Amino acid sequence: MNARDEILRRIRAGVKDVRRGAPVDVPWRYGQPTPMVDVVGRFVERVEDYKARVERVATPDDVPAMVVTVLADAGVTSVVVPTGVEDTWRQAVAAAGMRVVVDDPPVGKAELNEIGAVVTTASVGVAETGTLVLSHGPGQGRRVLTLLPDVHACVIRADDVVSDVPEAIARLRPAIDERRPLTWISGGSATSDIELARVEGVHGPRTLLVIVVG
Amino acid sequence: MNATTTRVTSRDAARLTPAPPPGLLEDSPVFPIAAKRELANSQLRNNLARATETIRTKRAIRVAEVPRWEDLRTAAEAIKNATLRHLDDYLLQAEANLIKAGAHVHWARDAAQADQIVVDLVKASGVDEIVKVKSMVTQEIEMNEALEAAGVAAWETDLAELIVQLGHDRPSHVLVPAIHRNRAEIRDIFVEEMGRYGTPAPDGLTDDPAELTAAARQHLRDKFLRARTSTSGGNFLVADTGTLVVVESEGNGRMCVTLPDTLISVVGIEKVVPTFEDLEVFMQLLPRSSTGERMNPYTSMWTGVTPGDGPQNVHVVLVDNGRTKALADPIGRQALRCIRCSACMNVCPIYGHVGGHAYGSVYPGPIGIILTPQLRGMSAPVDRSLPYASTLCGACVDVCPVKINFPEVIVHLRHKAADLKKADRRPHMETLVMGVVGWLFGRESRYTWVTTASGLVGRVLKAGLDGRQKFFGWLPWPATRWSQARDLPIPASQPFRRQWKKRSSSPGRTPEGLSSHDRDTEVRP
Repeated sequence: MNARDEILRRIRAGVKDVRRGAPVDVPWRYGQPTPMVDVVGRFVERVEDYKARVERVATPDDVPAMVVTVLADAGVTSVVVPTGVEDTWRQAVAAAGMRVVVDDPPVGKAELNEIGAVVTTASVGVAETGTLVLSHGPGQGRRVLTLLPDVHACVIRADDVVSDVPEAIARLRPAIDERRPLTWISGGSATSDIELARVEGVHGPRTLLVIVVG
Repeated sequence: MNATTTRVTSRDAARLTPAPPPGLLEDSPVFPIAAKRELANSQLRNNLARATETIRTKRAIRVAEVPRWEDLRTAAEAIKNATLRHLDDYLLQAEANLIKAGAHVHWARDAAQADQIVVDLVKASGVDEIVKVKSMVTQEIEMNEALEAAGVAAWETDLAELIVQLGHDRPSHVLVPAIHRNRAEIRDIFVEEMGRYGTPAPDGLTDDPAELTAAARQHLRDKFLRARTSTSGGNFLVADTGTLVVVESEGNGRMCVTLPDTLISVVGIEKVVPTFEDLEVFMQLLPRSSTGERMNPYTSMWTGVTPGDGPQNVHVVLVDNGRTKALADPIGRQALRCIRCSACMNVCPIYGHVGGHAYGSVYPGPIGIILTPQLRGMSAPVDRSLPYASTLCGACVDVCPVKINFPEVIVHLRHKAADLKKADRRPHMETLVMGVVGWLFGRESRYTWVTTASGLVGRVLKAGLDGRQKFFGWLPWPATRWSQARDLPIPASQPFRRQWKKRSSSPGRTPEGLSSHDRDTEVRP
């Protein structure tokens, strides 16, 4: 018997007793919002709690200038952007004197490792946990883009911020059905492996800059 | 456990990676012996006490923020139970969806088979080194050593696992494997070892955690960028989509699942959850229970191969290695609900004193003492001793996000260990004593005789000791081993049953012959 059949046989033999019993009731209503007064306000507060910088702008027209501001403040000189990012953002960054590389054709690992920052959008924001979720479609690009550069500037629409994890999961279902990868980002990379003292910045981007639009 | 592994005992022998301590984990000394060894290390006790206290406090704060915490736990328990009940169906569904998404699925009945599959896949990918995401199941199957024996260097990339690997050490905690090391020790390990296996530690490295972390980033960056093959575990495998989930903090996991061409994920069969929606429950429970954060910094979810993004050669190895044995045990199977958060060890008074190395397993603490003897079986002395590494206080029950009833499983496994002792033909003191006690208590006349005799002993001793001493101290051999850690009360001068009889025959009065001063047991009819 091959391992697959053997394991399946062992499972079936092992659970005979419970299969005869009543089905297990899962007492949980999926996809429900978590009540809160100000969803976007909570999101901002929780992202800042991870020591990330968060800026709010009123309209999409304000985004390019804010992107330039946060990147310049972080001392960035070179930026990579995925395809699908607004041309106006890219132009503004270039006009501010930063070198801009578009990930088309795909940029190699070694080159990405030398680029200072990446600018992307995000699919969903989770207020309660201060989380950004990227589903790596247009405007978000390949996973490696948001991994090797040391600064990640992420632009999210206020409409895409939901209260908590259940609502986020519901919104992400279509992306998962399309077999898109998801990256959940809550603050910069961090570790608590040395005496459980939190240290920001290990392998992922050490600086996370978030711009909330609307 | 693993036939393909050959152990190199000298740390200076020709090896690609730092040698772990010699010997197999299942040959470890029994828990009481190992615990004594660990307790002698005051540095360890100090490090552990600080670390577990910190993490307990953090967890409590984050859990208190969630009003529906208990509902989440109940839901998680139910989801896991419902999954285990139809584990075969969900595994087949996951397999079908993984294959549809371009992944290759392999099944391994035990550690040796899992290791062989991984070694063959790594070799086929044409590399002699891999980078690893921290994973308990790859520790369990001792994958690194199997790869080492096959001429492949497996580099740990989680900071704590790196500290353990460079320190020629073993992990002592599920979540923070280097919890037993303090910053000064870590600095020394980095300075001493990093240069031997790659980018050396920077000159003048201090023991500041931020500097140590920066050194690890520098040491590993090169390895990430040149890696063509990696391995990961999986926190969850979603059956209805074939999605694998890796929950992490540092970004090393993202590096490993994104940068190489070939990704091999080794996943225990109990990691499957039925639907993507089920993640809404676990993604709320896991980060708060394990690191005490609202959310961990990074979670990667991927479904087979994503064209143009990340590894294009994706493999998933589904590992049994004793899990179906645990599944067949109606009481023991609840251990398979575990999501490896480590909250149980952080609250355990035993773990908090002895640390993870006393358990002779990659799974220490409360979950370790119920999981290890089920996965490995109870033929090794250490595995029979593990269920006794508990006070049955139940602190672990209160924090477990999937509501495992630890004391229930512990008592059940103690029963099994006792039965094994009974079945063993060699004489055991405990079995012998219990046999005698069973015989004495088996008939009323014998029982009365025993209580009369013990009453007599009590009276004599009390008279002799002037009533001041309440306990025996040291007892002569063979009772020495029992008495060195326990107090045996001096027997009551009047057996309880006699007191009771007298009391019942003269209601409302102090039993005759018993002054309140002399009474050993308060009698309340």
